[in-house]
Amino acid sequence: MISIERLSKNFGSTRAVRDVSFTVSKGEIIGLLGPNGSGKTTIMRVLTGFFPPTSGHARVAGLDVADQSLALRQKIGYLPESVVLYPDMRVRRFLQFCAEVRGINGGRKRQRVDAMIRDCGLEEVPDRLIGTLSKGYRQRVGLAQALLHQPEVLILDEPTIGLDPRQIIEIRTLIRALRGSTTVLLSTHILPEVSMTCERVVIIDRGRIVAEDTAESLTRRLQGGDRTLVQVEGPADDVCSVLKAVPGVDHIELTNGAGAATCELIAHSSAGEPVRKALAAAVVNHGWGLIEVRPLAMSLEDLFVRLVTDEEAGHESNST
Amino acid sequence: MTFLALFRKEVVSYFVSPLFYVVTAVFLCLSGYYFYTDLIFFVTFGFGMNILENFWQLLLVDLRLVMLLSIPLLTMRLFAEEKKLGTIELLLTYPVRDGELLLAKFAACAVVCAIMLAGTLLYPIYVHILQPLPWVPLIVGYLGLFFLGLSFIACGVFVSSLTESQVVAGMATIGILLLFWILSWNEAATSPELLRVLIHLSMFDHFQNFARGVVDAQDVAYFVFFIGFFNFLTLRVLESRKWRGRR
Repeated sequence: MISIERLSKNFGSTRAVRDVSFTVSKGEIIGLLGPNGSGKTTIMRVLTGFFPPTSGHARVAGLDVADQSLALRQKIGYLPESVVLYPDMRVRRFLQFCAEVRGINGGRKRQRVDAMIRDCGLEEVPDRLIGTLSKGYRQRVGLAQALLHQPEVLILDEPTIGLDPRQIIEIRTLIRALRGSTTVLLSTHILPEVSMTCERVVIIDRGRIVAEDTAESLTRRLQGGDRTLVQVEGPADDVCSVLKAVPGVDHIELTNGAGAATCELIAHSSAGEPVRKALAAAVVNHGWGLIEVRPLAMSLEDLFVRLVTDEEAGHESNST
Repeated sequence: MTFLALFRKEVVSYFVSPLFYVVTAVFLCLSGYYFYTDLIFFVTFGFGMNILENFWQLLLVDLRLVMLLSIPLLTMRLFAEEKKLGTIELLLTYPVRDGELLLAKFAACAVVCAIMLAGTLLYPIYVHILQPLPWVPLIVGYLGLFFLGLSFIACGVFVSSLTESQVVAGMATIGILLLFWILSWNEAATSPELLRVLIHLSMFDHFQNFARGVVDAQDVAYFVFFIGFFNFLTLRVLESRKWRGRR
């Protein structure tokens, strides 16, 4: 449905996207993950036909983004990052306008606009001015305009940014409901977001793809529990030496409370779950107070650092 | 259909914003004052003289100044506001041709300008009640004003497409239009040959013939070219997103 081949986009001397290739098959939900300024929005704008790539090719629904941009724009729905809507238009009128611009008229227009107001949870605000709506509602109006014409491909730039937790769950449910029928490409810089909605993830950094994986294996990699945080009420030195002896623990890193009544340390290990149990048992057996045992999930920053260093190391070994 | 939807949106957005009402009110107040003073002047000093030459022509020439100051305020928001809000990104990812978008904005502003001008038709109707007057030269004069309005709009839309700031767009448009007016004023500063060229470029010299009630193909061609040229530039600006930096 989406195929990107060696795509690059330069803005003057800035190379926003460099040599990116990936494909998305029909009905798949794919996440574009990367820090701010990594080129996510640029890739999406190229795919929407907003501007053509500097080099390389991209095809969406079988249409070339540069040469068949007008036909292509009929087939995609796009939610830009900053939800940009006309503040002095009413919600229903705005959706009608969007339908008319896309050439949807008469009965079908009425039917689609009503369906969007229902599906996107806008029943309470159809006659409010968009400028007076909360961020969450505006996001939903943005989503409604993207889904209005039942597009084959949906491109969502940071769909849950700035929403409260309940709204985030609602938007995710809405996106997941499209699985199988609509191809969805969404971007985010929040890690759990991807694992919850996407089947596959493309991670980009400074305009290049650094990893491509399924959400499950990414989650496994992240929650591998190779670091465990332990907080104990007891003498730091003794606790360290006891916990170091626990089978499976490679080494102990004391992070806080040397000499105090309570200490905090990180146990590095290669396995996950069994170590946590053994650590807890060891603390309890020595009669110390166990306050907390928790696996330290890898943050997005850690993941990036790892992926980027892995890649740089790979380059070096290739060149030597 | 796409054009109609865009056109309707533009017209409606004029009528829901206070700017249109303020600009029209100021325009009509100033025009009304010009009408009043020009009429008093004619009645006091020009009695028995040709009313076309000594009253209507003066009034039309005065109206163009009021138009020059008010139309840039109507055109300044057309692209600058959409760029500032970011809605231009939405529109340009819709199946809309750049030309359709420009035409919708241009046409909507032309309609608003026509409504504004129509308000001043009250003056000839009022005078006609007191004393019947020859209408045809006056209609030609109004045609000239409308051409002038369309040219102002074409120039204003172009400047608006260059910037995100409405104030910058408005001020720059007034500056450019004023330059096209005063281009041929200073005979002493230019050589006679250059002056002859400048007169052909000056928008207001072309308007003079219309104000006299004369339709000259040369003047019509000038305005059509002026409008076409600035619309062409605007299209190139819209297109530039394809090879330039962000937005």
